[in-house]
Amino acid sequence: MKHNLKYRQFNERSILIEWPSIIDKNMLHDVLNFKNILLNNYIKLKVYVINTYNSILISYPSTIEDVYGEITHLKTIYSSVESQNSMKLKLWEVPVCYDDEFGTDLETLSITKSLSKSEIIHRHSQQIYTVFFIGFLPGFLYLGGLDKSLHFDRKFIPNLNTQKGAVGIGGNQTGIYPQNSPGGWHIIGNSPISFFNSKKENPCFAKAGDKIKFLPVSREEYHSILKQVASNSYKPKSISI
Amino acid sequence: MIKVLKSGLFSTIQDKGRFGYGAFGVPKSGTMDLYSAKLANTLLGNAATDAVLEITMTGPKLKFEVESYIVICGADISPSINGEMIQNNKVYSILKGDIIEFGKLKSGLRTYMAVKGGFKTEIVLGSQSYYKPITINDSITKGDVLSFNALTTKSKPSKLFSKLKLIDFSSEIINVFKGPEFELLSNLQKDQLKSAQFMVSKLYNRMAYQLSPLINNDLKSILTGPVLPGTVQLTPSGQLIVLMRDCQTTGGYPRVLQLTESAINLLSQKKERDILTFNLIEFP
Repeated sequence: MKHNLKYRQFNERSILIEWPSIIDKNMLHDVLNFKNILLNNYIKLKVYVINTYNSILISYPSTIEDVYGEITHLKTIYSSVESQNSMKLKLWEVPVCYDDEFGTDLETLSITKSLSKSEIIHRHSQQIYTVFFIGFLPGFLYLGGLDKSLHFDRKFIPNLNTQKGAVGIGGNQTGIYPQNSPGGWHIIGNSPISFFNSKKENPCFAKAGDKIKFLPVSREEYHSILKQVASNSYKPKSISI
Repeated sequence: MIKVLKSGLFSTIQDKGRFGYGAFGVPKSGTMDLYSAKLANTLLGNAATDAVLEITMTGPKLKFEVESYIVICGADISPSINGEMIQNNKVYSILKGDIIEFGKLKSGLRTYMAVKGGFKTEIVLGSQSYYKPITINDSITKGDVLSFNALTTKSKPSKLFSKLKLIDFSSEIINVFKGPEFELLSNLQKDQLKSAQFMVSKLYNRMAYQLSPLINNDLKSILTGPVLPGTVQLTPSGQLIVLMRDCQTTGGYPRVLQLTESAINLLSQKKERDILTFNLIEFP
């Protein structure tokens, strides 16, 4: 489906393309499709393209001389492309320990939502989440698909130090903190795996469009995986979708 | 190489920054005042984007273990070689054992020291720019060793620059374009942004500059979207936040203005209590 897109210059060397302001899996497919075609089209010119829920930002290597010409060119590309299914997407299994030791806000969530802890864990781990994009921190996945019964407004006063691997809920979103960081989300567990490795040319295993499923693990399994991660012998599990 | 004898307040190695990793949530980083850093490299005959030392306000004490040439540009923080005062924007020959120190801040905020051939420190994701935790260090500390290539020729860089174009750090005019959400502002807010004076608050660093005073605002957050260095965000409480080189790649506050590239350089030289006004310009 073609959308009515807004094109505008963002700074001297960037153009912002915007879809309607909604979070939608099908629209994400259109965003990523256009993004991939742009990357293929500009393979010789070094442009950088990032996407969010409803935007694409194209950054050019130097000042854009003829913005109107460039926007016309982009519109032509968008109107002439067919929807492709060539994106190689994956479903990743992310182990999470929901033990009280890590899930420091499970109790609050359980009381506020009148749901047992095990029911919260069940509802959180049975969903399949979509990776819309990576932002906020290196390796922070913006995930869509949180069960409505688990939506919970962010904390009024953020935690000064949310731990690396913390799995949190903030509003209608859920996600994993890839590093220690201040954060306003309610923490329900911790994942022992790494979401960002600056030693790799491709520093994140997941990418926009991929899916994530959380796998509840015991404390013993958690520590065993943590050891494998530390010795570089852990490989995140995935299947092609 | 250089040995760090005293760290000073906050100094980092910076080059042109990390490109192509935004899709992984990695900030661009790179020299804050790109113009002054480039000038230092150009005067030495280096590549414009060679890695330099970015020094903030209070300089380190550095000992050269090999000979080289240096140029210091940007903020004037009273540099000296072995206790003898030197000037910004000039090439100096450095001998083995020479000690570089800095003193009183006279203008601007950020100083750039380039060495002949550029610093050769660890490259992570295509850049030498310090940004923790992408890099191990967030700034230089006492005992650090900063590497660079030894001189291949003894001839002094002899490019002649008759007229140096320097940034006037005292200028209060920050040139901006309309941001993606500018038109959501009320007329009152637009007028305020165009004419009011703002001041750099005590919260300012390589990631962002927060300005005071707050402005009246009832605009809500937006669906998280792309941001850039130089993007001016307006929070629900009316706080203006100017994102700088180490900023996140995405943000959820309305993006009301966008600084020009040269305005980012100028703002990088501002510190707490410095005054600024926005000058709205059209895209060329």
